[in-house]
Amino acid sequence: MSETGLTPAAPGPAGRIRAWWGPRIVTQIVTVCAVLALFWLLGQNTATTMERIGIAPGFGFLGHSANFEIGETSIPFSAGNTYAYAMLVGLINTVKVALLGCILTTILGVTIGIAGLSGNLLLAGLVRGYIEIVRNTPLLLQLFFWVSLTKAFPPPRQAAPLFDAVFLTNRGVFFPAPIFDGMPDGAGWLIGLPLAGYGLFLWFARRRGALTLRRGLLAALACLALAAALLAGNGVSIGFDVPVLAGFNIRGGVTITPEFTALLVGLTVKFSAAIAEIVRAGIQSVGQGQWEAARSLGMHRGQIMRLIVIPQALRVITPLITSSYLDLTKDSSLAVAIGYPDLVSVINTTANTTGQAFEALIILIGVFVTINLSVSYAMNVYNRRVALRGSGPR
Amino acid sequence: MTTLDNIPGALSRGPETPEPEAGSRNVRLPLWRRLRAGLFGTPGNTAITLATLLALAWTVPPFLRWAVIDATWSGTSEECAAAAGACWAFVAAKFRFISFAFYPPALHWRPFLVVVLLLALLAATALPRFWRRGLLLAWLAGIAACWLLMAGTLTPPPVPSNQWGGLPVTLLVWTVCFGIATPLAIGLALARRSDMRSVKVLAIAFIELMRAIPMVAILYVAMLILPMAVPDGQLIDKTIRAMVMITLFWSAYLAEVVRAGLQAIPPGQDEAAMALGLGYWRRMQLVILPQALRTVVPAMVNLAIGFLLATSLLAVIGIVDLLNAARAAATDPSWLGFYDEAYLFVAAIYFAFCFGGSRYSMWLERYLGAAKERG
Repeated sequence: MSETGLTPAAPGPAGRIRAWWGPRIVTQIVTVCAVLALFWLLGQNTATTMERIGIAPGFGFLGHSANFEIGETSIPFSAGNTYAYAMLVGLINTVKVALLGCILTTILGVTIGIAGLSGNLLLAGLVRGYIEIVRNTPLLLQLFFWVSLTKAFPPPRQAAPLFDAVFLTNRGVFFPAPIFDGMPDGAGWLIGLPLAGYGLFLWFARRRGALTLRRGLLAALACLALAAALLAGNGVSIGFDVPVLAGFNIRGGVTITPEFTALLVGLTVKFSAAIAEIVRAGIQSVGQGQWEAARSLGMHRGQIMRLIVIPQALRVITPLITSSYLDLTKDSSLAVAIGYPDLVSVINTTANTTGQAFEALIILIGVFVTINLSVSYAMNVYNRRVALRGSGPR
Repeated sequence: MTTLDNIPGALSRGPETPEPEAGSRNVRLPLWRRLRAGLFGTPGNTAITLATLLALAWTVPPFLRWAVIDATWSGTSEECAAAAGACWAFVAAKFRFISFAFYPPALHWRPFLVVVLLLALLAATALPRFWRRGLLLAWLAGIAACWLLMAGTLTPPPVPSNQWGGLPVTLLVWTVCFGIATPLAIGLALARRSDMRSVKVLAIAFIELMRAIPMVAILYVAMLILPMAVPDGQLIDKTIRAMVMITLFWSAYLAEVVRAGLQAIPPGQDEAAMALGLGYWRRMQLVILPQALRTVVPAMVNLAIGFLLATSLLAVIGIVDLLNAARAAATDPSWLGFYDEAYLFVAAIYFAFCFGGSRYSMWLERYLGAAKERG
């Protein structure tokens, strides 16, 4: 318990090792041996069982061909590709829904959090109700609800388009995709150049401490205009591939499947409540004295918020929001219950078809531990950076 | 590692800090004045109010029409299909199925008694004046009684656990796993703060591993790995396997909360106890843990609420908990497809437990704070 060693460590490397290792050597050795014995026992049993049911342990199965289809893929996949490749498809699906979910839930959550602080009683009450309902019902229940809602959309040929462009159907959501016509080969620089310019601007502005939201937005607009001019100057026309009703189905545009829609909406809604609470807690964590001091300097509300409150609130908000993102990534595994082929779902299918459950789950656990540890590491680096910039007593 | 304890506000769920708005502090205006200021205080505020009202007028009436005006309150599924609104007759007809799932209908008094018993125990646990050793014994006896009742060991005919379902399963898994995970978590938290390096490293590895992986993965371990890892392939019951893994999983989360409590105890307490000549376990038992646990009880209640919501994942491995029972109810051929009603009904049950729990946690925080000030 106590970190203060009562007996000073003997000098020399042996003493330092003993000080690092801590007291009660015998107890420690017994503990480690007991844990190792437990794992050995479990491993032995597992190996025996696998032998009995005729499964060769090891990761060799990853190279075998998988005889199942995956309903939704970002990279081409068909039955006959290897299991390793199937898992990669699943991982990409997980990353896709998790990334999009984090972005959307941040937008929704911050909006709701700010709406809750607006001081308008009606809006604040509504926000409170939303948060309580979302937070106090299970995510899986909400996902089932969203699935049943997406299933309740009309079939494609009866779907009424929203704004003549977006179709909500029981086969998925169709919306327009931007297309670039007459794009010459190797013309990626037309888009790459403005992007690089924007990156340079961000880097320089940040280094000189002159980066503000307005300047960032203006520069982004300038880069967009530059990209549009470059594209137009090289004979590229930008259009939209708008989905249209053709016979019994809808053609064109991009489609997102009902399962993906349900999962994305479910995760976004569930975690928006958490993020709204985090934003509220963060802004309220900045003391009243900060507001009063800033007001006495003649700042107005927007300035106080932007220059005084948000920078301090971010110290509280960032670690909390990061752990929300991690939770969202972990909870995206509920995809398996609603038929979206994420990593967990693919690994479950793999385990059931090959019998290599042990190895498959080791991979699953490895992936999530890697994600978690790397985000935790980044978080620790961030925490050290904000802590260094003088966080005196508030 | 990102842990709960270096995050202010992570342990509290509700809005206990006052609003930052100046001016309204310390002054208790009459209700209508506060309403007027809050709704129409400034032009901007009025605009927000009007916009919100417009949005409400757009969304609330259709919902009310579906849920109340056009709803069918009693009758058959044909009458429901004919009506445009919600089919509450379905919930009335399927109430017993959603509550107890595939348990033999003639024996429904057993799961009913189990639910009553567990609710009574939960209610008693909620009152700090019952917090003594007797309550612990009551829980042990109560859980044993529930298990025997459900299994029908003493009151034949026996019912195998694959026929258990609905609310009793949700409540049993929740309470038993939480109950066993708590002492485990205390052990883990103490181990993580131990000055024995190997014990500390083992505790950190276990906690961080568990916290890194999703609960679905844990349930798959219970389904696929655990049967292989027991000797001679003895098939332990699926529900028990899931409960073993869930207990281990939750203990890692609870351990982090307990650790936050341990860190909140000033080192002087431990040093003073050491000066009195108390050994490690006596110091923990008499001085450190009583204070540490007292500070984290509200946080543990919040965690318990999250756990109750998480028990719904049992559906993924085919255990018929409350949510899965509701889903199964809507697949009955004579009442096909009333998913929305089924989900809304169980959502209301979950909400009642969890909202009640979160209010209770806020009350408890105030109560314990006041008790501490009284000394």
